[in-house]
Amino acid sequence: MGYWTNQLSGPTNPTTDSGWDDPPARKGFFTDTSICIGCKACEVACKEWNAIPEDGLDLLGSSYDNTGSLGASTLRQVAFIEQSGDRIAQARESGGRLVDLGMPAMRPADGPSPELVGQAATAVAEGEVPDFRWLMSSDVCKHCTHAGCLDVCPTGALFRTEFGTVVVQPDVCNGCGYCVPACPFGVIERREQDHFEAGTPNLGVAQKCTLCYDRLTDDQTPACAQACPTTSIKFGDLDDMVASAEERVETLHANGYTEARLYGTDRHDGVGGTGSVFLLLDEPEVYGLPPDPQVPTAELPAMFRQAGLAAVAMLVMAVGAFAGRRR
Amino acid sequence: MTTNPLDADRPPELPRPRRGGGRGGGRGRHRRDESLMVPDVQFESYYGRQVVKPAPWKADIPAYIFLGGIAGGSSLIGAGGAVTGRPALRRTGRYAALAGVALGGLALVHDLGRPERALNMLRTVKLTSPMSVGSWILTAFGGFAGVSMLCEVGRSLPDQRSWLARALRAAEPPATIGSAAFALPLASYTAVLLSDTATPTWRESYRGLPFVFVGSANAAAAGLALITTPADQNRPARRLAAIGAGVELGAAEWMHHDMHPLVAEPLRQGRAGVMLRASRVLTTAGALGATLLGRNRVGAGISGAALIAGSALTRFGVFEAGLASARDPKYTVTPQRERRDQRRREP
Repeated sequence: MGYWTNQLSGPTNPTTDSGWDDPPARKGFFTDTSICIGCKACEVACKEWNAIPEDGLDLLGSSYDNTGSLGASTLRQVAFIEQSGDRIAQARESGGRLVDLGMPAMRPADGPSPELVGQAATAVAEGEVPDFRWLMSSDVCKHCTHAGCLDVCPTGALFRTEFGTVVVQPDVCNGCGYCVPACPFGVIERREQDHFEAGTPNLGVAQKCTLCYDRLTDDQTPACAQACPTTSIKFGDLDDMVASAEERVETLHANGYTEARLYGTDRHDGVGGTGSVFLLLDEPEVYGLPPDPQVPTAELPAMFRQAGLAAVAMLVMAVGAFAGRRR
Repeated sequence: MTTNPLDADRPPELPRPRRGGGRGGGRGRHRRDESLMVPDVQFESYYGRQVVKPAPWKADIPAYIFLGGIAGGSSLIGAGGAVTGRPALRRTGRYAALAGVALGGLALVHDLGRPERALNMLRTVKLTSPMSVGSWILTAFGGFAGVSMLCEVGRSLPDQRSWLARALRAAEPPATIGSAAFALPLASYTAVLLSDTATPTWRESYRGLPFVFVGSANAAAAGLALITTPADQNRPARRLAAIGAGVELGAAEWMHHDMHPLVAEPLRQGRAGVMLRASRVLTTAGALGATLLGRNRVGAGISGAALIAGSALTRFGVFEAGLASARDPKYTVTPQRERRDQRRREP
């Protein structure tokens, strides 16, 4: 039990599942958006270290974020959102409801829930919520326990490293593009030929964050975490990252910031927990993150079963067409 | 909304990005139709940007799905023709199977970011990847269809007692069985290929889509046989046209009702909606035409063309609907929020 049932969904150790003997501890990020200042040092460090080509200098006209989204040439992206007081109050209430429900699941039994929800309501009522706030969050590949991109890759170009991360081998990828719609977070993308001049590296193949695989193998910190001036991006063993995320959210709740919530730490979620965990200050979709991501492959057995039934139906149709008397 | 002294210096608030199509346009009738089906959804997003990414695939992929379907169906018709002694169906079925799979394979290679690495598809066998499974199905089908075609050529060799003609005759039964066997997964796996993604409309349609695709494959292959075979041998093609079209239309109807109403919306809207409506009309007309006028050579040909066009539009319409559902964050966010809230209510 366990090994086979958890190959497509549920909590598991993806590194040993992929055949690594005695691997090092699974590595991951903890991105604490409550101390992100939106400086984009992570974006720049990532581009520099990974030698990513310039992919357009557009102004998007929506906020200070002119990157827009993760993609083939953007492996870190700093989201920027300005919110009014009403919206902050809503976030505080929705977060307070989560505290009330006992989420995250690891919260100690003597948690601060009822008083805190009360405090938040009082703060809102007494106008202690600020007029506005800026949310900043550095998004990155989630290095899922059950990675849709890795599952559907037909060539084996995507693989699970000894650190539990998911990496593309650009010399194997043939650019089929299947990983792009398979990612429930919209992270991985193909570097399209027509957007770059000839000679740009890795044209036509899928690209995503490698969690700086080349740095990890030398015991170095990934470039983004190394460059982050506020330690909003933390790097380390995934278990430690989850533990410090849980500690941080407790602290924030204890200080009345019930809008704080964790993202990706639940090993029972649709992707078996992520390798990059986040502390958010509003609903995930506000940051452009899916609220309840699920790896597509979790339902693959049911999909193949339907296709098998359809194949039988196709044969029955043909036999029916040819049956009966000749004419 | 609170006000502060800086508000005067702020630019006016931009309108929220439009959700879906049809809003604010002059197409009032469509707008009313949509609102009858799906209540307006409230959801947050990051400046209206997509959450999941649409597949980077061009028209090659729906074209391949269509061609693979017609190849599979034609292979069944060829096998049926061989078993029941209808030489015209046997011959055209075999040729169409090979032509369809060859053109479809070319379309697949053309869509790759690095076409020169197409053979990397056969580097590994990976059951979690419908594309890997499909590559092997396509390879096996292509092999059997190729041998079947050679056997067909062998039948018209001048010296039927030569070793070549005898070898091809011996190869004919296994080649026929093999190509018919792999025709079935070839026509149905493409539905799994689309469904095994985070693209909302494709994923949500996984229960019904394989049945739509096999019905469509049989209808298109029957349509091609109606065009290419004389009327005195086309009775199975006429029947297959009616059965295939009926299965396709029935399965599509069931699929729409089986899906989350919001996620089924892209199948009715925009370019995809137009293509799928046209597909229904053409498929219905083709099936009726094949049944009523199929004994007439011209009537059979026109009905066949309608069935083929209807099948192609089904594939392009489903493909387009999926891309549209990935581009608009509401199709990703709203069902996921509902699912999550449901789970929180019933732990």
